[in-house]
This record gives sequence, structure tokens and C-alpha cells, in this order.
Amino acid sequence: MKAGSDATMMLRTPFHARVAAACELNDWGTWKGYTTPRAYTDMELEYFAIRSTAGVFDLSPMNKYRITGPDAQACLNRMVTRDVSRIGVGRVGYTVWCNDAGQVMDDGTLFHLGENDYRLCAFARAIDWLHWCALGFDVSIVDESDEVAALAVQGPTSCATLLAMGLEGLEQLKPFGLTHFSFEGETLMVSRTGFTGDLGYELWIAPRQAELLWDRLFAAGEPYLIKPFGSDALDLARIEAGFLQAGVDFVPAESAVRSGRSRSPFELGLAWLVSMDKPVFNGRRALQREQAQGSRYRFALLDVDGNKPAHHSFILSRGGKVGTVTSAAWCPTAKSNVAFAQLEMPHGAVGEELVAEIYYQRELQWTRVLAPCRVIGSPVFNPPRRRAVPPGAF
Amino acid sequence: MKKYDAIVIGAGHNGLTNAAYLAKSGLSVAVLERNPYIGGATVSRELYPGWTYSNCSYVCSLLRPEIARDLELPRHGLQVVPYGGGVTFKRDGDYYGNYYDHNRQYREVARHSLRDANAYERYATDVRKQTRLIRPYLLRRPPDPTSLKLRDLRDLAGFARSFTELGEEGLADTLRFWTKSVGDYLNEYFESDVIKAHLGGTGVIGTALGVYSPGTAYVLLHHYMGDMDGNVGSWGFARGGMGAVAAALAKSVKAFGGDIICDADVDRIVVRHGKVSGVALKNGNELPAGIVVSNLDPRRTFLDIMDRDDLPAELVHKAGNFKIRGSSGKLNIALDGLPTFNGLDRNNPLMLGDMHFTDSLERLERAYDDWKAGTWSKDPYVDMLIPTQTDPTMAPPGKHMMTVFVQYAPPRINGGEWTDADRAGFEQSVIDQIAAHSPDFKSLILHCETRTPREIEAEVGLTEGNIFQGELTFDQLLFNRPFPGYAQYRGPVPGMYMCGSGTHPGGGVMAAPGANAAREILRDLRLPDVVPGGYADD
Ligand SMILES: Cc1cc2nc3c(=O)[nH]c(=O)nc-3n(C[C@H](O)[C@H](O)[C@H](O)COP(=O)(O)OP(=O)(O)OC[C@H]3O[C@@H](n4cnc5c(N)ncnc54)[C@H](O)[C@@H]3O)c2cc1C
Repeated sequence: MKAGSDATMMLRTPFHARVAAACELNDWGTWKGYTTPRAYTDMELEYFAIRSTAGVFDLSPMNKYRITGPDAQACLNRMVTRDVSRIGVGRVGYTVWCNDAGQVMDDGTLFHLGENDYRLCAFARAIDWLHWCALGFDVSIVDESDEVAALAVQGPTSCATLLAMGLEGLEQLKPFGLTHFSFEGETLMVSRTGFTGDLGYELWIAPRQAELLWDRLFAAGEPYLIKPFGSDALDLARIEAGFLQAGVDFVPAESAVRSGRSRSPFELGLAWLVSMDKPVFNGRRALQREQAQGSRYRFALLDVDGNKPAHHSFILSRGGKVGTVTSAAWCPTAKSNVAFAQLEMPHGAVGEELVAEIYYQRELQWTRVLAPCRVIGSPVFNPPRRRAVPPGAF
Repeated sequence: MKKYDAIVIGAGHNGLTNAAYLAKSGLSVAVLERNPYIGGATVSRELYPGWTYSNCSYVCSLLRPEIARDLELPRHGLQVVPYGGGVTFKRDGDYYGNYYDHNRQYREVARHSLRDANAYERYATDVRKQTRLIRPYLLRRPPDPTSLKLRDLRDLAGFARSFTELGEEGLADTLRFWTKSVGDYLNEYFESDVIKAHLGGTGVIGTALGVYSPGTAYVLLHHYMGDMDGNVGSWGFARGGMGAVAAALAKSVKAFGGDIICDADVDRIVVRHGKVSGVALKNGNELPAGIVVSNLDPRRTFLDIMDRDDLPAELVHKAGNFKIRGSSGKLNIALDGLPTFNGLDRNNPLMLGDMHFTDSLERLERAYDDWKAGTWSKDPYVDMLIPTQTDPTMAPPGKHMMTVFVQYAPPRINGGEWTDADRAGFEQSVIDQIAAHSPDFKSLILHCETRTPREIEAEVGLTEGNIFQGELTFDQLLFNRPFPGYAQYRGPVPGMYMCGSGTHPGGGVMAAPGANAAREILRDLRLPDVVPGGYADD
């Protein structure tokens, strides 16, 4: 990249021409230096495309790293908390990775493409950390972020759409499975993954075929009521599905300046991602200590009374502050008022009754509401179609 | 035969809501439905293979979110998807697009009248003031102004307070709003015919009144007072059709242990020793129960399924005079593809919304003249939507379903019964009107279900096919609904209650009458109140 060239300005994804044509609202945001739409035509209609038909999201700016070589599995197994040896070829695993203090640096998805061949998709930039972790391992690490264009196709008619596009046999793909198709001389990788909690797939392709893929997808999807969606709709869907967002629901450990602001996987409700029976992995010793001594915080999903989202609320117990809300939304499909909270231990056990201190403004007047809320054990949205093999037509 | 604590007559959505709350409180409850299927006017059926029609109600906004959430209707399969916007096609080939996005809508109104575009903002604010006033009362029983009971006095004081908050001018506005015609009301704001026609249509939907009849401004408000996820006035589709509302409510009833019995035509509410003792079915069976709740409209409840001897004469008289006039019909159409409309791109979001072809109040009034003359409108007002543009479940991929609500259709034709030939004539007038704006429409029609007040009355049991179980005029609202002295869901006989749209706050797929009635029943039984009140409307 030449100094001072245009390449240092906002970047465009390989789908940009199509995205821009569809983005009637011109409501642009940025993601990792790329221009990406917050909404195309109407945030709510886009959200409902995800929940009722099929929605398409351009996730090309996602950080993607390719890890290959004889020690690829061993290296990743040392880095992440999950047991990578249990993620077979053709499978994808959601995982987190920690620093030595057992604090979550990031979460992401690990694609097992072939024997000792992995792709890691990460929220934060991770090339430097990958190289640290690779010390002493025989692996090659490549930043593929710009070499792979990607679209998420999410929603009840997503499978029908992709079948209509000619992806034969896709209905047999299990959740977190991945498979390959040939597409106009390129390989199209399809994984049954996503960030919406619904039935959905992600399509991965070389940038030069990106526009063609978009066109084929939308042509095939028309009878299945396909629509592009922006980051606002995605955010609502992921809150409804109970998914954490790095940088929102936790501070990536290496970017936390103030002590005590980062969180362990246990404190984020992600204990299920931690394989303590692995002999070594980053942060293991600290996590072992935490298990013995107890965590400082607990992640809680809250069902909040009333219809005012508990944005940035304090959570109270018997009048005292015991935590704060990191994400909140009125969820239109589940018809619930959901909040993600970080609570001080021992608070946050399922069933606990708490109070959210909510502030909202109408016509310049602020109102304070003390809304009762309770800790719930599972996300408010989790439809059977998300797991069904084969999925139904809608 | 099983002895129930309570029997609800009619599995309309209000009967089901009522039963859900009674069952939730631990009562043994049965809902008795005359038809082989549930839902009443909240029903979806497959009458043409592969296509689901919402045979009566077709769009959703009034359904109280508090009830939907409390009864866990989403978990029981209900999803309501907003559609936003609408369009009125003009005879000159142009159209007015009522975009959901405010700035886009401003530009569009300005195309017809710059001044109206700006006036719309004032209009929207004024209507919001009125919805703010009424919304908190949807999930409450109306206070009885003649009662000296503490609870009524307290409710009345609260009612008075929200009115005085409006100030003198606001109060005057409110009274005007509740009594004025929608035509006069809109004339105060707008100059453009098409804007007035687009907005004015909702003032006559479901009522046997014209746009210049006093009281129709309130009917407009009735269509604005709902909300979709907090967006007041916005409307949506129940995924799978409106029958999904009834289906989810039925699951809720069953989850609480209630029974729903179809093909159970109730002949009569049985009264013994001055108290309700059960119901008698048309097939001769009798089901005992100490509480009987009627989901039927007030005419049917008091004149058809109760003995006159059991009722005060004055009540029989009131029921006879209750205004419940048929005014609407409906076409449900299976389409081979998405029709195109003059001047509108098929990807325009306006295609997702409500479509109309009446471009002036004058034409709306002429359509009403036909009703008065005892015939269907030759140039009808339609409220038409194509839900299969956002709902993949109601037609095969690439095919579509169209719902066309039609005003006006009188309960009788020139004093006689509707004949099949009349129905064909009615259908033709609607199809011709649509085809005049859509060149390919006729060639796409695969099947059409046409319902006049005759079919609506026969199948749903709504007297004269009146969609709201009684006119929504001021003399039949709040503490006057259905009649003064009977507005708190209690009938004239101990143990007898009403829970249909004929009670406060009236018609539409709202679930509020059913829930409010349950609250009163639980109160009489001295059981805890498990029925949610309204969310703070702010
Ligand atoms: C054509 C049409 C279009 C409409 N469009 C809309 C719309 O888009 N949006 C909206 O919100 N509202 C709409 N409405 C109004 C709304 O559908 C009704 O107000 C509402 O559904 C009435 O519900 P309910 O439970 O009060 O009564 P009903 O639905 O009338 O239920 C009464 C039930 O009682 C049963 N019954 C009758 N007699 C007996 C008996 N003797 N024994 C046993 N059972 C009996 C009936 O079969 C029926 O199931 C529409 C109505 C119609 C007719």
C-alpha cells in the first residue's frame, strides 16, 4: 500500500457496488475501515427478513486468518479455550481465546477446512497474537481478510433460497457444518453458521466472483422474499438470540486500559467453551484459580418488565447497585424486553429478581423507571428450525 | 359430563383470551365453538390448495402487546411482521405513496401539495395526542359514571385528570374529535383530495357511516391506537395469517389446562333461581357451570341465546336497538404471480402496504350512497394487501395471495337477502376496480373467495356481518358499550358475563375485551388479578 494513497481512506467490500445500489437510505457506518450500511431501506423490515424470510448481510470486513502447517491444530489448541481436536474436518466451532490472566481477548469461529488447515474469523485483529502463539510451532499464518468475500444468508427461507441457487444437497448440512461447491470456476464455501440465532448460512468466495454471487443469490431468492440487511437489524437479532458482541458486551482483554475491566469466559457465561481437561492452553492456570476462588462477575440474561429497553441501566438488588447492562432491546419476535447484564457475584442465578434502573427521554423530559426484571436461563429466541436437518421450506 | 367452573361461548380471539386467563387462575374452563374450527373473525383457512386465506381480519396492530407477552403467544407460534406504508392510486395514473419513512413521505405529499406535506406533521401530532389519551384505557374496564362505588369514583377521577391535562383547548379538540366526521376533520388540515382520501378511508372501515357522517373521526382513531413494537399506529401481518393469533391463544388456553370444544353450538344460557347454571347445546346436551361468558355480539347474546324471561325488559329493548349494521365484504384471491400496478415499481416498499383506488372523499361518500340505497358500491373503497411479499407461508414460492377488504356492502340488497348473483356482481365491481389499475391482475387470478355480509354472518356469527360486533360510535363506546349500565362485562344475571368486541374497548383483533372481562370475573371470585394492565404509554 503506498503512503497517502486512496487505499488508506474508507475501503469498499467486494460487494460494494451491489450494496450501494440497494442502500436506499444511504445510512452508512464503518466496520474495520470498510464502508458498510447500517440499514438499507428500513431497519425493522430488514430485521423481519431475518426472522420471517431470508436476509443477506455482507460480512466481508470480518478478520479472517488462515492457519496451516503440521502443527496447526496443536497451535490453535494451545491458543483457544475449546478442545480443537474435537472440531472435525468440515466443522466449525465457536470459541474464545484468553490471555495468560484468563481474560477473554476475543471470540470467533474456527473453520476446520482440512487436515491441519483452519480459518479463524475474529472480531478483533489477531495477527500479532497468532504469531505470539505460534512460537515454537511449525505453522504458517496468513491474514486472508481481503482475499475472502463473505455473505451471511439468514432466516427461515435461507435454505430454500440456496437450494434454488443450485447448491444441491445443502439441506443435509448440519448446524456448524461446512461444505464446498464449485461456482463459476471458483470454490464457494458454505457453512451453516451465523450471528442471528436463526436458520442460516454463510457463503465464502474469492472477491472476483463476489458480485456474481450476489446476483445469483438475489435472483434465486426472489420467490423466497430475500432482502439485504444492515448492521442495525443484525444487532437486534443477535440480542434476541442471546449472542455477545465483543467490544460491546466485553472489553477485549488486550484493549482494556483500566484494571478489572476485562472478563474471563466464566464471567461471560461461556464456561461451556472452556475445556479444562486440556492440559495446556492460554489462560488455563488463571482460569483454574478462578474456578477454585470464584468469579468476580456473572453474565445474566434479563427479562425486564415493561417495554422500555434497559439501555445502559444500573441493575439494583434491594436498592443497591449490583451491575450494569451492556446490551438491551425490545425483541420484536419474542415480544420480550431483554437485557444482557454484568452482575457482581453472587448475583445472577437463574430466577433471581432484580430491578433495572431505566432512564428514557420523551420530548426533552427524562423519566426514571425502576423496572422489575428476572434472570432467565436461556435466550428468548431459539426456534427449532435453527437445528432442523433438513430444514423446512420456511 | 365434566363439570366446569366456567364456560366461554365462542372461540373468537376474545373468548380464547378470556378462557386463557380464567384457566391460568386455576379455574376449569371450556370454550364452546359452534364452527368446526376456532378463531371467529380471527381465522385462516386453506380454501384453495397451497394458499392460506385470512378469511376475515387480515392485519394486526391493535393486539395488546402486554397480553401477547404475558400469554407467551410468541412461544406458542405467533409472529407479527410490520409492513409499513400504503398507497392510493389515482384515476389519472399517478398515485400517492404513504411511505413509512417520514422524510420520504414528506417529499411524496409535497408532490401533491407542499402545504399538505407540512400540515401532515401537525396532523400527526394531533392524532398522537388523541391516541395517548385513549391507549391507557384499553386494558382497563371503563368507569361507570353513575356509580358511587369507590373503584368507579377513583377510575373516573383518573379519567378526568387525563382530560384536564390536555387543557381547555385540548379538551375541546378531543370532544370534536370524538364526534366529528372524518371528512370534516381532514378538511381542517389538508387541501389535496388524494391525501384526504388516503387518510379518510380508515374512518369508515367497518362502519355503516360515510366520511361525512359524524363520529367517523373516532373510527380513524380506533385504527391508529394500536402499535407494532411500540410504533403507535403501525400495522403488520400475523405470519401464517390472522388464524395464527387464534392458534397461539388456543395453545395458551390448553397449556393452562383449558378445554376447547368445536362443533358445540350453544342454544341457550341456562338460568335457574336467578343465577346462571350452565349452557344448553343445540344437540340437546347441557353443560353445567356457575360462570358463563359470552363472546358473541350483544344482539346474539341477549336476543338469541338468552331467554327473554331471564332478562330485564329494558335490556331486551337496548339489545334490539344496539347499532350493529353490516357495511363490508371481502375478497381473498389466490394469484399466479405478483401483479403490477400502474406507475409503481414492484420493488417499491409501497407494494408491501395497504393499497387503495379511491382518490377523493367525494368518491368515498358516493360509495356510501350506494349502501344507503341498499346495494353494494359500484365504485367501492378497498383496503387491499399482498401479504405474501413478506410472508413465505401463505402461498407457494413465487405465487401470491391478496386480501381485499371492501366497503360498502349492505346487510340486505334492496330489502331482500343477498343472492349468489348479487355476490357475483359485488365481486365483479371489486375486480374491475383493481384491474383498472393493474393490467395483468385479471390474468393472474387462480381462485377467489368472496364474502358478503351474508357469508360473514353465517360463518362467523357476526350480526349483519358487522366486523366490530357493533358500531364504534360515541353512543356505543366506553361506559356505553354495549349499553349504559352493562359496560363492565357483567350481564344482568349473576354468573353471566360478556367478553366480545361488543364490549369496551371494541372491535378489532385486540384481545382487550377478553382480558378485561377476565379481570372482572376473577374479581367477583375474589381471586388474584393475573391480567396485566397496560404499559405506560410514553
Ligand atoms: C371481514 C372482516 C375483516 C376484519 N379486518 C380486521 C383487521 O384487519 N384487523 C383487525 O384488527 N380487525 C379486523 N376485523 C375485526 C375483528 O376481526 C373482530 O372485531 C374480532 O375478530 C372479533 O373477535 P371476538 O373474539 O370479539 O368475536 P368473534 O370473532 O366474532 O367470535 C365469536 C365466536 O363465537 C362463535 N359463536 C357464535 N355463535 C355461537 C354459538 N351459538 N355457540 C357457540 N359459538 C358461537 C363464532 O363462531 C365465533 O367463533 C375484521 C372483521 C371482519 C369480519
